[in-house]
Amino acid sequence: MASLNVRAALLSVSFLILALGLWEMATQPPEAQTGMTEYEMLMGGADQESRVPPPSAVLKLAWAELSNPFYDAGANDKGIGIQLGYSVYRVLTGYLAAMAIALPVGFLIGMSPLMYKALNPYIQVLRPISPLAWMPLALFIIQDSDASAIFVIFICSIWPMLLNTAFGVANVRQDWVNVARTHELGPLRTAITVILPAAAPTILTGMRISIGIAWLVIVAAEMLVGGTGIGYYVWNEWNNLDLASVIFSILMIGVVGMLLDLALGKAQKLVEYKE
Amino acid sequence: MSKSFLEVDGLFKIYPDGQGGELTVFEDIRFALEKGEFVCIIGHSGCGKSTILNVLAGLDEASAGNVVMNGKEIKGPGLERGVVFQNYSLLPWKTTLNNIVFAVRARWPEWSKEKVKEHSERYLKMVGLDHALNRKPSQLSGGMRQRVSIARAFATQPELLLLDEPFGALDALTRGVIQDELVKIWEETRQTVFMITHDVDEAILLSDRIFLMSNGPNARIAESVKVDIPHPRARATIFQNPAYHKTRDYLVDFLVNRSGSALPEKDGTPKIVEPAKGVAQSTPASFDSETESESDTAARAVNA
Ligand SMILES: Nc1ncnc2c1ncn2[C@@H]1O[C@H](COP(=O)(O)OP(=O)(O)OP(=O)(O)O)[C@@H](O)[C@H]1O
Ligand SMILES: [Mg+2]
Repeated sequence: MASLNVRAALLSVSFLILALGLWEMATQPPEAQTGMTEYEMLMGGADQESRVPPPSAVLKLAWAELSNPFYDAGANDKGIGIQLGYSVYRVLTGYLAAMAIALPVGFLIGMSPLMYKALNPYIQVLRPISPLAWMPLALFIIQDSDASAIFVIFICSIWPMLLNTAFGVANVRQDWVNVARTHELGPLRTAITVILPAAAPTILTGMRISIGIAWLVIVAAEMLVGGTGIGYYVWNEWNNLDLASVIFSILMIGVVGMLLDLALGKAQKLVEYKE
Repeated sequence: MSKSFLEVDGLFKIYPDGQGGELTVFEDIRFALEKGEFVCIIGHSGCGKSTILNVLAGLDEASAGNVVMNGKEIKGPGLERGVVFQNYSLLPWKTTLNNIVFAVRARWPEWSKEKVKEHSERYLKMVGLDHALNRKPSQLSGGMRQRVSIARAFATQPELLLLDEPFGALDALTRGVIQDELVKIWEETRQTVFMITHDVDEAILLSDRIFLMSNGPNARIAESVKVDIPHPRARATIFQNPAYHKTRDYLVDFLVNRSGSALPEKDGTPKIVEPAKGVAQSTPASFDSETESESDTAARAVNA
């Protein structure tokens, strides 16, 4: 009997083949009956291209794109690697900025019931705002589309990190805090040697949620601000009616999102502990 | 009367009772500990034993009264007092060794890495855990975890060790083994220990004196029972001592029949009781047994 992993992999591959096969069949151009209709002749066969492309076309494109991902031939013609690079850069910049604020503030809120009570109303109001709703204000104030996109990432990734840090810190077992107290650790050493490792799994969970949200939001944000990035690329290819490119970039968005999540998942494993 | 090592003077713990009134958990707790003494405290659940211990540890505050150790009032936790908690309280992300290293480093920040490690390993060896240095607490049994916790407390060589039902969560077999280990470590180190237990036999095996608490609310430490059994003791042979049975009968009688009504002396200090006085010792005392004067009502050490 093959191991569970092997069987799961086999099944996965079969599903993929099945799905690709169905897709390929569903997107075959109808049998050319009597040559082109008058309409098609008028369109010069353009209608063919506006059809959803078959997977074979997408794969061909993927091969071409991935074999030269970093070419740069002007504003509207850059390799997929460059576009993804812009998006990842924006996500990471906004995300790291959010981290720099969310972790210390989360610590503060988690350690001090006073600060929690004082800041909680603002957090509760700001948190449910769709990050894209900030975009016009950001564009107006910052006057720079790139920085505005980064700001939107900042604002959307701050909340899960902030709340999880606060929650994790506030719920560190009193016993462990007492261990620190009976060993006369100062506030800073207590925070670093006891509270941080104790709350780390909860904090990392927040960070993982944040990176997921940031990656969701960057696509939409780049569709709005334009210029560069995978979100802009998708929208641009849609305007070009290049559906194979659209599908290909959708897949790439998924792959990069998965890699980001995997990285945070690995980090999470590192700080996990069993009681 | 000369000052004792630790003096507890008129401790009260009062909580609001939720209906606008007050609930006095315990009142006017007075006792003294001498250096090198092992004292257990027994009382029914809820009478406030843990609260008293936490006040001594500096983790909790009494509503009134004060605690003076070595002439200094206790205000907050300190390294000169080590605590073993009932639920071990090991840091689960650290290995066995690093849990001890953590404490040793806090105690002697000026020590070199090697010295800290060597010292820590020595104490883990004392509790028979030198084979499990690199395991995390989650990979240890309850008994092993409590051993680590005991090693951690002893390793910092505090002047006063506070143990809150350290064996409460262990099965009887494991408990017996660790009790023997504790006896052994204590014979070696002669630390001053204040320990809470619910187990009468454990108290007799370990202590020089046993404090008996009356029931709460308004609980008091009513009596201080002298355990007149010479050291070194061992779990396997202690039963042969006639003083053991006298003491045990006395404790059980208190807990079953008298804990509701027992009161300390008029001045608030526990009544000194020697249930085994006059009982012939089957083993000769290995130390000079002091003759306690009846008029001295203060709780004084037997083998200070
Ligand atoms: N926050 C609180 N408000 C009111 N009463 C409290 C509070 N905390 C503790 N108590 C009461 O204080 C009393 C003493 O508690 P403590 O834990 O010291 O008892 P204990 O003697 O250690 O009991 P056990 O043997 O079960 O561990 C209990 O009766 C408890 O109900
Ligand atoms: Mg208790």
